[in-house]
Amino acid sequence: MHAAQAREPRLTSEAQHAVSLRDVSVVFTAERGKVRALDGINFDVEEGSFLTMIGPSGSGKSTILRVVADLIKPSTGTVQIFGRTAEDARRRRELGFVFQDATLLPWRSVLDNVRLPLEIGRRSRGEPLWSSPEELLALVGLEGRHNSLPHELSGGMRQRVAIARALVCRPRLLLMDEPFGALDEITRDKMNEELLRIWRETKTTIMFVTHSIPEAVYLGQQVLVLSSNPGRVREQLTINLPNPRELRSRDEPEFVRFTSQLRSILETC
Amino acid sequence: MAQTMQGEERPLPVVAPLGLDRWRRAWSSKLPPILTAVTIIIVWQLAIDLLSVPIYIAPAPSLVIKEFVTQFPLLISNLLPTLFEAICGFVLGNLTAVMVAVALVHSRLAERCFYPLAVFLHSIPMLALAPILVLIFGTGQAPKIVIAALLCFFPMLVNMVRGLNAVSPQALELMRVLSASRSEIFWKLRIQSSLPFLFSALRVTAPACVIGAIVGEWIGSAVGLGALILEATYNFRSPLLYATIFLSSGMAITLFSLVAAAEKRVIRWKAGAID
Repeated sequence: MHAAQAREPRLTSEAQHAVSLRDVSVVFTAERGKVRALDGINFDVEEGSFLTMIGPSGSGKSTILRVVADLIKPSTGTVQIFGRTAEDARRRRELGFVFQDATLLPWRSVLDNVRLPLEIGRRSRGEPLWSSPEELLALVGLEGRHNSLPHELSGGMRQRVAIARALVCRPRLLLMDEPFGALDEITRDKMNEELLRIWRETKTTIMFVTHSIPEAVYLGQQVLVLSSNPGRVREQLTINLPNPRELRSRDEPEFVRFTSQLRSILETC
Repeated sequence: MAQTMQGEERPLPVVAPLGLDRWRRAWSSKLPPILTAVTIIIVWQLAIDLLSVPIYIAPAPSLVIKEFVTQFPLLISNLLPTLFEAICGFVLGNLTAVMVAVALVHSRLAERCFYPLAVFLHSIPMLALAPILVLIFGTGQAPKIVIAALLCFFPMLVNMVRGLNAVSPQALELMRVLSASRSEIFWKLRIQSSLPFLFSALRVTAPACVIGAIVGEWIGSAVGLGALILEATYNFRSPLLYATIFLSSGMAITLFSLVAAAEKRVIRWKAGAID
């Protein structure tokens, strides 16, 4: 009960924002002096929306996700997630993270990998809100593989397990760092379609880093374009294509208009 | 949805070979070394017969086998104390090394204090250390166990420190996103990913503990395979000496195989990077 109340949106000015970054800079100390990875980043993500991030390498896309996930502390600026600090959000298990590699524990079965987050931390709070691992495996289309070990699965299946694991604590915010980057294009298209369905069914806010222009347009309600050296926000595009989107809609002129617009912005980054 | 998913990604087939097939495959891998060994024994026998080598220099294999059968009770009564010392040393040395490795991984200070010391300890030749241990622990089984344990200690320590640190950075990030505590990271991640390293150290130390026990017996003992080796040498009973040596190596191989079998049961996943 307590947890359920805590998850109600707060009635502050930031209530509609799942994530907001204000003047966030990140400076890494490398061997040859300091490297400015992010410089004065400002943007908001509305609750329930799907934001994709795209930019040349070195534009700090992954760094932004890691700042939001409280894996990296910003050097300056503030990060708010549902009106609280990133550390609070992490401790309250409001975040799910999907990495480029599935990062499954190879000694655990598929089901036990999805259960991992449930075995960590205090169990008393929020437990009724957690999804059942079995249901989630059905959601990602892996019903029959509960007892398989990760090395018995294909790359796409492993990534599905990782998505199920990220969803098991019912995160309000799902952070995805090029999760389909290592997959072949046919599998990647299928996974994109699946992810949109999962997003509609779970109503989770998603931040998704990608290198692919069609993927960024197809998935995103908003596309955040970043430029490199140092990482800055170049533009925030709104993709007002009809929902739910289908793979076929990628060939329609509206879709192509967005991809070519995005491509011309990226050329100047 | 699930149906449309099936065709696109094919899972890797897990093929269990049929019983007969598996036997055939096992034999085809074991046959070459067996044939080589048999050939060596035949050449050995022929060489000794043709060159009429005296028994005390090198016995023919037929004599060694005969000695093995007739002296079986003597061999077994000397095998048991050595086996006991070797196994005690194996358990003691490896267990201590694992605990020290855990401490070293958790504390920089402990690592700076003890790791160089462990390297120094390892650099002392075991044969030089053995008399000191006999002076400290007396002539019973204790010094032999300690020597066997010392031989196990270093390989396990080095491997376990590496194993506990061999966690992928991304797996650590995952645990951090989940707000896992240090002990949760240790039990759920570090221990598990160190298991392949643990077993490779066990494979090295299983024969090493037998060497330790035998070396310990050379310094001062009336029983055990080490004592029997010395006695047979001094009395020019070379068939007995050879039989004892083969028994010692048989013991080492058996311990090694037990470790390998345990490893196969425990580690069903593919060793390597987390993905």
